[in-house]
Amino acid sequence: MYSAGNKIAGRAVWRKRKRIVSATEPEQFERVVLPHLDAAYNLARWLAGNDHDAEDIAQEACVRAFRFIGGHRGGDARAWLLAIVRNTAFSWLKKNRPRAVVSIDDGEIAELEDPTVAAGVFNGADRNVLRAALEALPLEFREAIVLRELEGLSYKEIAEIAEVPVGTVMSRLARARRQLQNHFARKGDGQ
Amino acid sequence: MNCTEARLLLHAHIDGELDAANSLEVGRHLKTCTACAAENASLQSLRTALRGADLNYQAPASLRTDVRQFMRDLEPEATRPAVQLQWLWKWLALGLAATALAVVSLRPTGISERDTQLNEVVASHVRSLQAEHLMDVASSDRHTVKPWFDGKLDFAPDVQDFAAQNFPLIGGRLDYLDGHAVAGLVYRRNKHLINVFVWPTTGPMKHETEARRGFSIIRFTAKGMHYCLVSDLNPTELGELAGLLEK
Ligand SMILES: [Zn+2]
Repeated sequence: MYSAGNKIAGRAVWRKRKRIVSATEPEQFERVVLPHLDAAYNLARWLAGNDHDAEDIAQEACVRAFRFIGGHRGGDARAWLLAIVRNTAFSWLKKNRPRAVVSIDDGEIAELEDPTVAAGVFNGADRNVLRAALEALPLEFREAIVLRELEGLSYKEIAEIAEVPVGTVMSRLARARRQLQNHFARKGDGQ
Repeated sequence: MNCTEARLLLHAHIDGELDAANSLEVGRHLKTCTACAAENASLQSLRTALRGADLNYQAPASLRTDVRQFMRDLEPEATRPAVQLQWLWKWLALGLAATALAVVSLRPTGISERDTQLNEVVASHVRSLQAEHLMDVASSDRHTVKPWFDGKLDFAPDVQDFAAQNFPLIGGRLDYLDGHAVAGLVYRRNKHLINVFVWPTTGPMKHETEARRGFSIIRFTAKGMHYCLVSDLNPTELGELAGLLEK
């Protein structure tokens, strides 16, 4: 995308303006964004699938967060920032990996159909095995699981971030968990 | 409650998202149904595994450093030694152009606040013409554009389409002027793009038409909002749009 060694002719004309932002905005940014940098990166990393792209996405999200900081009116700062990360990541993916962004059919709940069987109990699985299982999930399912299980967000917060109804969040979680259960049942790990 | 219902609600149940009545029902079902009880145990163990495995990624030090540096570069000039141009360029390449550096040219000292504002308006306009900066929401439908601003601004801009008057609305975006968030509405007249910046008034602004660096600028206050129009369109035609907005 870019390299730190970029040089442009006549770049000395880029001069800092005395006052680009109001006095409170950097302070607000510091208070709202910085404490949640790990969460921002975590989501970017899970959506992007690798360190390099995740860092690009997280950086861009921070720039956007700064741009929108005046629009943050209280509320949960982490959820607010994660919504920006999510949008940035999806735009990035659509542009750079269009095939990764295949919308799932939220009407489909076939995997849940047979209520007479139950999946086995996990006796704790290896971290790398779990990571691989999460990475194998479709993008929207992975997003729901990461926001719910790793970030501990509520259905309502996830719904706002993913821009879907709360019921969809629940069905995505149900389907994501079923896929994880099946993943381990097939592999025989953690059973 | 049957098993099919219970299976879906089980998720809301273990997530603590179910209302008391349904939670009670699910609990009752689990006591009588071994298959669902086993599913519940499986889901609980999956959760324990996910939460116990420390799957969160930590932000790398480089990201933290970059964001810190970004903060430092936003501080007023007097309080820090020098801009790290290379670093700034990196952020610019990422699209920071949208915020941090509004005016490209060197600005002589002793310039009035009014001039600063006008320069900033022109800079915002020029920046918006660069690829991907023009619109955050592209739509000629004011019912799409207006709600898009909800939650992004602490005011609701009046969004109207003037296609019938030959000024079609083509979209909107969030922008920054003078340190605060403003609504940016984008209109078009033939090949000319027009940016209309709208933000709540802090006092009356006299209606004025300006030319700056080849752009026409019209500013006025109406309906409790400041409006600032900027375009390469001639001032007369731009005035027509101003008239429509002022109504
Ligand atoms: Zn049952």
